[in-house]
Amino acid sequence: MATAFDISMSEQEPEEQSKTSVVAVENLCKSFDGRVVLNGINLRVKRGETLAVLGRSGTGKSVMLRLIIGLETPDSGSISIDGNEIGGLTVDQMGEIRKNMGFLFQHAALYDSLTVRENVAFPLRHNRKDMPQSELTDRVKQLLAEVGLAGDLNKMPSDISGGMQKRVGLARALALEPEILLLDEPTAGLDPISSGEIDDLILKLQRERQMASIVVTHDLHSARTIANRFALLDQGSVAASGTFEDLQKSSIPFVREFLKHS
Amino acid sequence: MSNHANAAVAVIPPVLPESADAQRPRSETGLIMGFFEWFGGLGVFSWRVLRAAMTSPFEWRELIRQLDDVGSQSLPLVALAGAAIGAVLAMEVRSSMSRFGATSLLPSAIVYSVIQEMGPTITGLVVSGRVGAGIGAELASMKVTEQIDAIEASAINPLRLLAVTRILACILMLPLLTVAADASGVVMGWIAQTLVQPISFHQFIDAGFRGATLKDFLPPTFKTAVFGLIIGLIACFQGMRTRGGAEGVGRAATNSVVLASLFVILADVVLVKFILVVFH
Repeated sequence: MATAFDISMSEQEPEEQSKTSVVAVENLCKSFDGRVVLNGINLRVKRGETLAVLGRSGTGKSVMLRLIIGLETPDSGSISIDGNEIGGLTVDQMGEIRKNMGFLFQHAALYDSLTVRENVAFPLRHNRKDMPQSELTDRVKQLLAEVGLAGDLNKMPSDISGGMQKRVGLARALALEPEILLLDEPTAGLDPISSGEIDDLILKLQRERQMASIVVTHDLHSARTIANRFALLDQGSVAASGTFEDLQKSSIPFVREFLKHS
Repeated sequence: MSNHANAAVAVIPPVLPESADAQRPRSETGLIMGFFEWFGGLGVFSWRVLRAAMTSPFEWRELIRQLDDVGSQSLPLVALAGAAIGAVLAMEVRSSMSRFGATSLLPSAIVYSVIQEMGPTITGLVVSGRVGAGIGAELASMKVTEQIDAIEASAINPLRLLAVTRILACILMLPLLTVAADASGVVMGWIAQTLVQPISFHQFIDAGFRGATLKDFLPPTFKTAVFGLIIGLIACFQGMRTRGGAEGVGRAATNSVVLASLFVILADVVLVKFILVVFH
């Protein structure tokens, strides 16, 4: 099944696009208890691109991210990461793919029994077992310094604010130096200043690391700051996609309504 | 739709089986279906845990942490429960045996009862309560706050990190805790006995273990490794399939304790019969 909108700015043929895309999703469908959440999503993201996925609550934006990183199983459709189709992979094979992906959860999902330092060290400790302790310590300090939390190494997640938790989650997502970054509502629930700081941080990281990013958000202001492409989901499908100017020019009533209220 | 799309129907099986909504009122048919669904889920979970345990890397650091949590943290409780059982047994058995003039058999009765049955069973039940609830609540809390998803997203197999280590710690620690419960039960049995009819500890032990062989004591002690497997497996399963916030966490902890205790007692029936047939 093909949707009317394919989230790609490139003029290349689909097969060629798939080869050059870091993330390629085709005809992705997902239902929960008979309720269709995603219905034939297509998207491709290349290195250095940031795609913002917008839409009303409950339209399956977060589910899409969870499908891409393999935390949920699609009903149908295919997902390729760096050219590797993830369908049918074992947990350990998927683990190898995930080493190249970073995921920031909506509520940060920090390990509440570990300190900030231990949270960031966690992926390194388990995936880079040959890394010397001194190097690991330096790497954690560097990551936390990048997100502006160099002075909060030994605090517990419960002792820091929501914005700081998001930063720790971001540092943890970056620990394995991924080429793909998935961000689920990075600024949700934050005050405008904290949101701006998170946006600046994401922009800075993207400039420095040239990652392929997918950002799920309700925050159009934040999306415009950090993304260069946009996809608007409605009722499980892509209602419109392209640059922000493309969305503004759209004649689709839902798109106009969404932009009017954002 | 492409062949890839068809293949993707089976994309990455979920690491953790999901439960049916336990909140929903169920008919009798629904309850029966739920019963089989639970066992089916437990079977699939066990298979995945086994597969995770067979592949590297092994999480030694987490295993050591769990050995400490299951073992040394449970030791005082288990020893106290064993001591209480030893004292109660001494009083009860004395009362029964004195009717038949068989008080000279009291040390044997206490030692055999404690080591063959009461020590292992009490250890299983105490650990079911303490460790079962702890594991169930901890993993359930991690599940509902997406911490288990975060582990998986960090390219770490959560079954290998969380379930394999906890189950293995339970299997390894239960026999050791049973030895502690047995020892405190025998000592307390002797104290209770000697308060009524003074006897030296050496005499008590000598009379208690007279004619005994290792096969009288080793199988009942090592059967608790099966109790450990049951406790660890059920608590991890209940914790990792949790849904529904704080209420779900509470339900997982309760169900872990209740089901682990129940299955420890049921397994004991089978294991006692097995030991009698194989070792006697």
